[in-house]
Order: sequence, then C-alpha cells, then structure tokens
Amino acid sequence: MITVCRIEDLPPGEALRVTEGVPAPVAVFNADGVLYAVDDTCTHQDASLADGWLEGCLVECPLHASSFDLRTGRPTCPPAKAALRTHHVEVVDGLVLLHVNVGEPA
Amino acid sequence: MRSVLVVGASLAGLGAVRALREEGYEGAITVVGEERHLPYDRPPLSKQFLTGEYDAAALALGDAEEYQDLDADWLLGARAVRLAPAARTVTLADGRDLRADAVVIATGATARTLPGARGLAGVHTLRTLHDAEALRAELTTGRPAVAVVGAGFIGAEVASSARSLGLDVTVIEAAQAPLERALGREMGLVCASFHADHGVRLLCGAGVAGLEGVGRVTGVRLADGRVVPADVVVVGVGARPATDWLDGSGLQVDDGVLCDAGCATDIPQVVAVGDVARCLDLFTGGHTRVEHWTSATDQPRTAVRTLLTGVSAPAPAAAPYFWSDQYRHRIQFAGHLRPGDEPQLVEGDLESRSFAAVYRREGRAVAVLAVDQAKAFVRMRRTLRACVVALPRPA
Ligand SMILES: Cc1cc2nc3c(=O)[nH]c(=O)nc-3n(C[C@H](O)[C@H](O)[C@H](O)COP(=O)(O)OP(=O)(O)OC[C@H]3O[C@@H](n4cnc5c(N)ncnc54)[C@H](O)[C@@H]3O)c2cc1C
Ligand code: FES
Repeated sequence: MITVCRIEDLPPGEALRVTEGVPAPVAVFNADGVLYAVDDTCTHQDASLADGWLEGCLVECPLHASSFDLRTGRPTCPPAKAALRTHHVEVVDGLVLLHVNVGEPA
Repeated sequence: MRSVLVVGASLAGLGAVRALREEGYEGAITVVGEERHLPYDRPPLSKQFLTGEYDAAALALGDAEEYQDLDADWLLGARAVRLAPAARTVTLADGRDLRADAVVIATGATARTLPGARGLAGVHTLRTLHDAEALRAELTTGRPAVAVVGAGFIGAEVASSARSLGLDVTVIEAAQAPLERALGREMGLVCASFHADHGVRLLCGAGVAGLEGVGRVTGVRLADGRVVPADVVVVGVGARPATDWLDGSGLQVDDGVLCDAGCATDIPQVVAVGDVARCLDLFTGGHTRVEHWTSATDQPRTAVRTLLTGVSAPAPAAAPYFWSDQYRHRIQFAGHLRPGDEPQLVEGDLESRSFAAVYRREGRAVAVLAVDQAKAFVRMRRTLRACVVALPRPA
C-alpha cells in the first residue's frame, strides 16, 4: 500500500502520477469525486495518461487520443488495443491510498 | 452501395475500412496496396524502429482478429495505374480491372529525393518499412558517418536516432531557419537547437549542389563548394502526393487530390483521405494537404459518412495536430500558422527545453506548441479557434 497524497491535493478533474514504490508508474485520477487508478503508460506507445484529458470516467491519451475507461482499463477506440491494469484506490483519514494490482489486466 | 474499393493499404486506407464497418456498411470492400505488407505504422520508422527498440511486428496497425471482423479483401503488392471515373473502375498494373460503387483514394505520399541519388549506394529516403530496414542495416554496420539532408521533422528524427546509435551526424539544411513554415522562425530555431545540444552538427543556409562518389556515396557537395564527408546520406526533403496513377481520371489534382470539407472529390462517390488529399479545411480556412498521422485517422470517418449519406458531410473544424519525438524530447503542435503569428510562452522556459507556447493572430489563439509539456498541451489545444469559412450551400 502506498500513500499518494492528501485528498485536497487531488481535486476533481486532476490526476497524479505515482512512480515510487510501484513496479510501473500508476496514474491516479479524481473523476468528479470518484478516484480511479490505472497504469500510467498508454498500452499503445509511450505516453503518460496522467497528462491526458479526463472526461467523466474516460481518459484520452495525450499522444494519439485513444480513450480508456478508468473503471475497466479497456480502450474504447484505437489505436490502443490492450487494456490497462486497474488498481485499487481509497481515501482513509483524508489520505489517498493506493493498492497496486500486479495481476493481468481485465 | 454494394461495393467499395479502397486504393492504398496504409493508415488512411485501413481507417476507411474501419469506418465503413463501424457505420454499419455490410457490402464488399476491396483494398489495393502497392506494398506487400498489411497496414503498418510509419511514425516509428524514423524513431523506435531505427534505434532497434521496435521490430517490424510492433508496427502492425491491425491484428488477425480485427481483420477477420473487418472482412475485406486485401490485394497487396498490387499497384493501381488508372482510375476511370465514369464507371468507377480501377486498373491494376497487371491489367486487372476492378469496378466498385465507390472509391476511396488513400495512396498517401512518396519521399522526394535529390537528383543523382538513384544508383548511388548509401543514399536513402525514408517512407516505407523497406526503406527503414535498408537504412537500419547500414547504420548498424560499422560506424558510418551520417549526413542528413533536410532539417524537417523526419530528418531531425533520423539524426536523433542515428546519434543515439553513437554515430557522427551532420544535418544539412537549405533554409536559414529550420522548421520555419511549421513552427515559425523563433520556435523553429529553438527546436533546431536540440541538434547541437546532442552533439549533432547543423549547417543552415546550406544548399546541396550534388552527391560525391562513384557507385557509392562518399559525401554531400554544398553550393558553396564545401563537401560534407558521409558514408550514409539520408535525404529528408519532404514528400509528394502519390497521384501519378490519377492522370487522365479527370479528378482535380494540384498538390494532392482536391476535395471539399467532406473529403468529396468532384466525381460522385469518389473520396480522398490522408496524405494524398487536399481538402477544404474548416480550421485553416483553405485547401490544405495535411501530412499528419491524426488527419489520416480522422479524415476516413468523414469520407465514409460522405459516401454512405451521398451528401458531403464535413466534420467539425479541428486543429491539425502532429507530434515528433527527437533527442528524448516530445514536440507536439496543433493549429496552423501564417506569417506574423506570434508565439507567447505560457508554460516552462526555453532554457530547460520544457515549455509550451501559444500563437496568436489578432488576439485569437491559433496554434499551440509544446516540448515535454503534454499536460499543458492537451488543455491548450482545446482552446484553439478556427478560421471562419463559409461553406458553399449544397445545390
Ligand atoms: C518516417 C516517418 C515518420 C513520421 N512521423 C510522424 C509523426 O511523428 N507524427 C505525425 O503526425 N506523422 C508522422 N508521419 C506521417 C504519417 O505517417 C502519415 O501522415 C501517414 O502515414 C499518412 O497515411 P496515408 O495512409 O494517407 O498514406 P501512406 O501512409 O503514405 O500510405 C499510402 C499507401 O498507398 C500505397 N500506394 C501508393 N500509390 C499506390 C497505387 N498507385 N496503388 C496501390 N497502392 C498505392 C503506398 O504504397 C502506401 O502503402 C511520419 C511519416 C513517416 C514516413
Ligand atoms: S500512445 Fe496512447 S494512443 Fe498512442
């Protein structure tokens, strides 16, 4: 388990990239008050999804605009084909906590 | 409409097949492609493929399952040589005639080269996987000195990749300010300075007079008489739309196939998409041939709607977008510049090589450039405002 930040530091519409203490970078999003965490690196080529455009529970990759559903990690349009791993994230005592999932993506 | 013929089996051609099926078209689709490969991604050819990070398999645009679902006929290694518009018949080099109810022109562009380059070993252009394989083989044999002619994006990427392989690289550019047309003078110079940052010589204002060597290239002779010694020369001086096969078709061709904003040509049920098309662009306000990956993925959706509805169906204006990866920097640009559009730094600073700038025309944001500032870029890209063009009313 990793403490990401205080919840005030991740307001709605924002994202953070976690690189320490994780096997691969993870992006944590606040989508209108609901937190999601997925692998940060796009499954298509090399771009950081924490830099992407967040709309509802979809994030659009900043490089070639594949969209990923943060609930499932699945791409909703090409060029990405593979799903992202999703991770468990929760708020406890005002802290954003990340539990990294090392299994296969959905 | 019961049959569609797509000419050109690359990004835009595959995009057309995907869009046809997404829109529910169930008829026959035939795709004709000169290359022997199923569609693959070109941008990595000058980047990860040249450095060896990606192999050919990593470039595939589709996979077996998708091709099964798309259910199209792929005629690969087949070159179209003629379009007879009235009957919408395409003739192949082997003499076969293919007839269809609609034709999608997606033949892209071919690399320009220098006079005297043909027949001289060691001189390369870079457009196809075949080109990239040949270039990579030479860059990874011994330690050749490399000269790149042209400091545009592909030239700069090749220089960066060759440099990362540990080679000695010189870039030769005819203009005084590289990338001026794409990024404006000031920002063009900033991006061109990445070469020097990484130990690559950049010669500006250096016209090429010819290539040196007999049988195999030994150097590039400049207009002022200097010779840049080189074992490998890469010519990156732009591309020309692949429209030769349309001679005599009656289509209007002028630096690309002229189209309206819905990708319709002046012949009914013939559309053009991608690098070969010069469409009325609702963002730039003129007929613009855009040689970017994103246009080649977006335009097919528009063109297919035009075909399926029978009325030209323009998409909302969107700023042309491209990226370039070089020297471990990511350059992203959206919009369209005219002389006099002034960049203003809005994020980061030039010294650190991490910044974003917005270009304005009469106070209106018309373009955005970012270097290693993807987050700022995606936000600013959405604030760009299109030129207002009056669309001709349908007759
Ligand atoms: C090395 C390189 C790097 C690039 N990097 C970037 C980048 O970083 N960012 C970016 O935005 N864009 C980049 N691009 C541009 C991008 O790849 C193109 O915009 C895109 O490939 C255009 O797709 P297209 O399908 O229109 O044309 P093309 O990809 O050119 O495909 C056209 C196809 O049609 C075939 N063809 C031509 N004539 C005939 C004929 N008569 N009969 C049958 N088939 C025919 C050709 O063989 C080819 O396979 C790069 C391009 C290259 C070459
Ligand atoms: S890297 Fe994300 S869509 Fe290409």
